[in-house]
This record gives sequence, C-alpha cells and structure tokens, in this order.
Amino acid sequence: MSRRNTLAALAALAAAAPQVQAPPLQAQIAVRGETVYTMAGAPIRDGVVLVRDGRVERVGPAAQVAVPAGYRVLTAKVVTPGLVDAHSVVGLAGALGQPHDQDQLDRTSPVQPELRAFDAYNAREELVGWLRGYGVTTLHTGHGPGALASGQTMTVKTRGGDVGEALVDSATMVAFTLGPSVAANYRSPGTRSKGVAMLRAELVRAQEYARKQQAGGQARDLKLEALARVLSGELPALVTAQRVPEILAALRLAEEFKLKLVLDGAAESYLVADQIKRAGVPVILHPTMVRTGGETESATLETARKLRDAGITVALQSGFEGYVPKTRVVLFEAAIAAANGLSVEDALRTVTIDAARVIGADRRVGSLEPGKDADLVLFDGDPFEFTSHVCAVLIQGVVVSETCR
Amino acid sequence: MKRTFERAALVAALGLAVPLAAQERPHAFRGATLYPISSAPIQDGVLVVRGGKIVAVGGPGTAIPSDAVVHDVSGKVIMPGLVDTHSHIGGGDGGDRSAALHPSVRILDAIDARDDGFQKAQAGGITTVNVMPGSGLLMSGQTAYLKVRDGNTIYDLLLCRDVQKEVCGGLKMANGTNPRGEAPMPGTRARAAAMVRERFVKAQEYRDKVRKAGGDASKLPARDLEMETLVEVLDGRRTVHFHTHRADDILTAIRIGEEFGFRPVLHHVSEAWKVADQIAAAKVPASIIIIDSPGGKLEAFEFSITSGAALEKAGALTAFHTDDAITDSRFFLRSAAFGVRAGMSRPKALEAMTLAGARMLGLENRIGSLDRGKDADFIVLTGDPLSVYTHVQETWVEGKKVFDRANEADRKYAVGGYGVYRNAAMHVHTGEEGHR
Repeated sequence: MSRRNTLAALAALAAAAPQVQAPPLQAQIAVRGETVYTMAGAPIRDGVVLVRDGRVERVGPAAQVAVPAGYRVLTAKVVTPGLVDAHSVVGLAGALGQPHDQDQLDRTSPVQPELRAFDAYNAREELVGWLRGYGVTTLHTGHGPGALASGQTMTVKTRGGDVGEALVDSATMVAFTLGPSVAANYRSPGTRSKGVAMLRAELVRAQEYARKQQAGGQARDLKLEALARVLSGELPALVTAQRVPEILAALRLAEEFKLKLVLDGAAESYLVADQIKRAGVPVILHPTMVRTGGETESATLETARKLRDAGITVALQSGFEGYVPKTRVVLFEAAIAAANGLSVEDALRTVTIDAARVIGADRRVGSLEPGKDADLVLFDGDPFEFTSHVCAVLIQGVVVSETCR
Repeated sequence: MKRTFERAALVAALGLAVPLAAQERPHAFRGATLYPISSAPIQDGVLVVRGGKIVAVGGPGTAIPSDAVVHDVSGKVIMPGLVDTHSHIGGGDGGDRSAALHPSVRILDAIDARDDGFQKAQAGGITTVNVMPGSGLLMSGQTAYLKVRDGNTIYDLLLCRDVQKEVCGGLKMANGTNPRGEAPMPGTRARAAAMVRERFVKAQEYRDKVRKAGGDASKLPARDLEMETLVEVLDGRRTVHFHTHRADDILTAIRIGEEFGFRPVLHHVSEAWKVADQIAAAKVPASIIIIDSPGGKLEAFEFSITSGAALEKAGALTAFHTDDAITDSRFFLRSAAFGVRAGMSRPKALEAMTLAGARMLGLENRIGSLDRGKDADFIVLTGDPLSVYTHVQETWVEGKKVFDRANEADRKYAVGGYGVYRNAAMHVHTGEEGHR
C-alpha cells in the first residue's frame, strides 16, 4: 500500500510541473510592521498584511486595514516578502561536505542536461533549515556550475519533509557553464573554446532531434530532449560565465540558438553591461562577497548597482561553495550590496521580486500582494544590519520559524 | 628635573627614531567618537599621534600641539587598528607532506609583502595580522606577527626587529580531521595527540641537556632547530596557535598545553559554545571565526555564532579572526556585528577585534587600544563599527596613512575592479595541503 502511494507520488512528479499542494488548515494571521516592504509599490509605514489560507489576503496601512476577529497578530519592526535565493545548490549539496552529500555535479560526462534536480533533492538537509532561519523561503536550486551542462534546476520552498512538499517548479532552467572550471572537472573540454564548440555541436544535434521528433517516430533521447526544451524556450539556459570572453560567448550562443538566456555569476558583467542590456538578458549575480581569485579576480562590490543603473534585471545568489562556509546567505550578500551603492529597496529587490522574476516564480512569490503566497519575514530592525534578527518566517501562511536569529 | 628625566627616558626608548620623529609633525584628529577599547567611548574626542606613537587621547578639551596637522573627523568614529589573529594573506606556505610536525619551518621565509591580501587587510581596517601556515599538519610551522604597513619585503612588515635573534611569531598546531591522513600523518585523533606529546617530551629532554651544560659548549647537545622552537614554547616565549573545532579536540588541545606547561590560543573553536566554561577555567584564550553557515567539513558542522556570547559569559578571553581566505579581510568588522547579534556585549565584541587579539599575540603593550604610548595604529570609520553601512575611511599604521577610501588607488582594494585581485591568482599553492 505504502509502496503504491510512493509510486503514485513519483509518477505525479515525473509528470512534470506538479501542482502546488494545498497548505494544511491553519489559523489566519495578521502581520503588523512598522515598515512593510511589499516590493509592489513604496514601503508602507505601520502596515498590515492579512494572511488567509496560505495566501496574502490584503496589504495596506494599519489605518485602512482592520484586523478581522480571530486572526493571530504578529508584530515586527520590518516586514519583507520571503527571500528568494536566485541560484543555489543547497539540498543537492549538503553541509557535511562529504562525498555522500555532494550531488550537485556528476563528473562522468560534461553534458548531462537530462539530470533532474528533484531526483536528488533532500528537503530535510540541514542547510535548507539554516537558510529558512534567515528568511529564505524560496530556493532556485539544483545542479551546479562546473559542467558544460550539469543538469536541470528546480524551485522549492524551504519547507516540507520531501521534495514533493517543497516543490514550486520541477524544472526551472538547465544549468550550463563556460570557463576554466569545466576543464578542471573533465578531460575534455580542456579549453574554453573547445567547450563552446562542444556545446554548439550538442545544440545542433538537439535541433535535428526536435525536427525529427515533430515528424514522429523518433526514439527518445533524454539528453537531447532536455536540450530541445531549452531550444524551444520552455526552459531558460542558465549560463554560468564569469569573465568577459565567456559572457560574450554566452550571448553569442543565445543569439545563434535563440536561447532564453539567464547569465549567472557574471563577475565581469559590469564591463559589458551595455551588451547584456541590449540582449535583454537578466543576471543572477555572484554573491557580493564572493572570493576574489581566478575567474572572479575582477569581482566588485558595486556590480549589482552598476547593472541596475544600466537597466538590467539583477538577482543575487548564494551560489556554490566547495568548503567553508558550505552556503552563503543571500540576505547578507544583499546587505553588502546595499552598503555599496544599491538603495535598501533596490537591494531587497535582488532577493525578492527581481529574483522571483528571473526564475519565473513571480506570480506566486517575491512581493506581498493579494493572492500571492503568504511568505513573509519579520525583522526586529533594518533587515541588512548584521545586528538585526530574523524573528519569524512564514511560508504559505505557516509560521515555520519563530526564534530570533 | 622630573621632566628632563622623562625626556631622557623617551630618547632612550625611541632610539634612532628620535631625529626623524623630531622633524615629523604630529597629527591631531578632532571631532570623532573615539573607541579607546581600554576605556569608555569618548564623544567629540581628540587623538594626537607623533613619531608613530599615540601621544594623547581625550575629550574635546585635549591640548592639540601648535605644529600639529589637524584632521577634522567630525561625525566619524576612530578605533584601534583591527588585530587579525589568524590569516593566510601573503601567499606564504608552511611544512610539507614529508612529516606531520614541522616546528622549524618559518612562514616568514615564504611571504610576499606585495601580495594584494595586505591591501585588502588595510581596506578592512586590519593593522596587525598573525599570518599562519595551514592546518593540514599537526605542526605546520612558525607563524609571523606582521604590521600591515606598505611593504616591499617581509622585513618591512615584521613586528620583531631582528629575525636572527628574536621570536617573530607563534607556532601553528592543529588537531581534528585536517591533519589526519596516510603515514607519516596520524590516522586517528589519539595517535595525533601521542605524536605531539612524544615530540614535546623530547623537547623537555633537550632543554634539560642544554640547562645541564650550563654554558659549557662542549656539553651542549647537537643543535636541533625543531627542538629549539619547541623549547621556546616550553619556556613561554613562543605562543602555540592551535587550530581546533570539535569540543573533544578543544579539550585535547588544552590538555596537551597543561601537560607541558603552556597555554595555547585556541583557533576557530567551532564548538566553543559547548565547552566555554572549560575554556574559561583553563584560562586559555579563544580566537573564533564567524562564518555564514555551518559545515563544509565534518568538524565545523556544529558551528554556532553563539560561541562569542558563551565565551564572554564564561569569562574567557575571546577574539575574532578572518582565516582569510575563508573570510575576506575586507569584511572583518562583520565579525563583531554577528557577535552582538548572537548575544555578545558591544564592548566585548569590539575588544575581540582589537585588544583581545593583541593579548593573544603578547603585543598588548604595543597595540590593541588607543592609549598614550601605544603604536599609532587606528582606523577612521564613517559610522558605527557594527553597522553594515559603515566603511573604513582611513587606516593608519604607526602614524602613517596606509589606506584612504577617498583615494581611488586605495579604494579599488576595498570594492574591487578589473584585475585588482589578480595577484592572488599568481600564487600557486602546492605541497602542503588545501586546508586553512
């Protein structure tokens, strides 16, 4: 019986884009904040967010939004939407840093877009809870950088006992990498230009595959099938490219194959901001405090501000960490961006609404608007001050954390 | 009569520096909030430095010498230069894989003073740094206590004056998982402890032979560089800096120190929150690190940002460090803010960035607080030291400005730019191990 249930659950998963499960019945909640950043309009002084059945019911100044009887009232200095980490590997990569909890990269072959993130996600991973405690409620996670195509990514909420409960979007993007990190993981490509050539050859094969598949009678090839979904624009291409040559190569690939490109990492993006802007490509920028060296030797603390000034949509990421610390926290990365030229609101955008837009989850998360998921973070001070605390976190109307940390 | 005597003493103390200092104009900083660390904050304070030393610290009424260069720093904050008790800037290395213990290896033989890590440290407000070999060996070598001056060679940075005669740093030790491995490394924790103890027993015997010789060269044992270093530890002239994470490893480090009569400085101490009382009772200082998440390796899995508060409550001497490149020197002040976030008092958190670290390096008479007679190492901040929005505006080492955010050539080391940190990539780290 239990096995049959599991199989049924797996079948539902495999059917792609599983539907959101209805949140459990819960008390209705009113959150009152001295400042409420809705990320949909100006911040509200002395604002109230009403939460009903897991969704935002109403948002506005306390003077205009009466709290209905029976609602539990939570108060905070500052309220923001649940934070969105635009690119992580957490859940595939675990805190221990041991071979058995590192599933973000398979080294047997440099092109494996068929690998699905949800086949490896551990919803109970320690780091998922760690991020949740600091207000991260939505995680775009999955296969990491380091392969020409490392696999698919997905979007989850940082809750739930298994991937099915956590899932928002089972296939969000396919993760590609250009640059020397690929050569470090595989015998071939051994150079950066060979990597681009190999990727182009695979995409050409996928074009051919898609044509034949439309004609019918084509045997299934999971790898080419995944690439075909990228070619059709169904799945954006998340291309990790740090230096200018790699960023330009990614733009060329997007142009050649009509890819829906999202630039990732992009340490030197500020040097070619006009070209990125012209291509209409959003950037999931490296963590502001990324270690500077090798590919990221030219990273700056002001890149988020410069890209935003250029009119480019910017999201921040926790990225991949191979050692200590095992993950970064986008709240802290956005704080450093705020200390280096971004306004508090614009820095918040990089980890809320703009991050949600880039990962295609903005219909559900990223801002506090009626109908959206009731994901909220309650702070006891300026969210970006390291001396402030996250004192409560709500995911879909459920208080998942109520300890100040 | 008394004044004459004081001047004579001053001349004697400063030695050769006096003629230069006499020509050099004093600098006076007026209007800032001063955090002397050794005493309560001073509003609208005055700091006067001359000849590389602090000559006056006080309130608005403090006399400013008529020939002083006066800096109006109203609205700013001045505190002592930060002391980083544990860093890997400078591209140095340490022992290799040929043995597990390398007490004679000196990192000062391998440091590049032009490494951009020093510029990053200046941008982060760090003026004194303990540069260490790694943690992949039980004893990876001697550390170097450096001033983050503008330097061309290692000699421009060292705190000691004569590398041939003085002890110029500490000794790095490590336990836990990092130094384990195939022979000649220990395979287990207990084996690691035994190997270290055996070596210290040999050092005790060596010291006894030297003592018995009583200056008679014919009776001295053959010179042994490793033994000489360990005797310095036994005699309390060289501090052991002990990398340790897990609670049981922390107690092992303390136990070995107690057996051989030295008090190590504990480093990282991820699980300090579990054994804070034992650390305090042993009167062993702890230099801790703030990282943004636990793990990355097994023994850092139970890291907690509450360790600082637990150590403060227990009464242990507590400092922070960067372990650069584990955390970046430019963001060192974050440590104090996270300490406070997790329950440390503001004064103790700021002391942990300065005076506490100075004590751990045995340099508290020279650095770590704004006190008359101490080295003129200080930083000018744009605001509250604990605020993320605060920048290090200026860093001064021994009365010389080494970082000025208003100067683009300096500012780029704070914020980055094309090729700014290329230098770091030029160092090829081989031989020892990757562990920090």
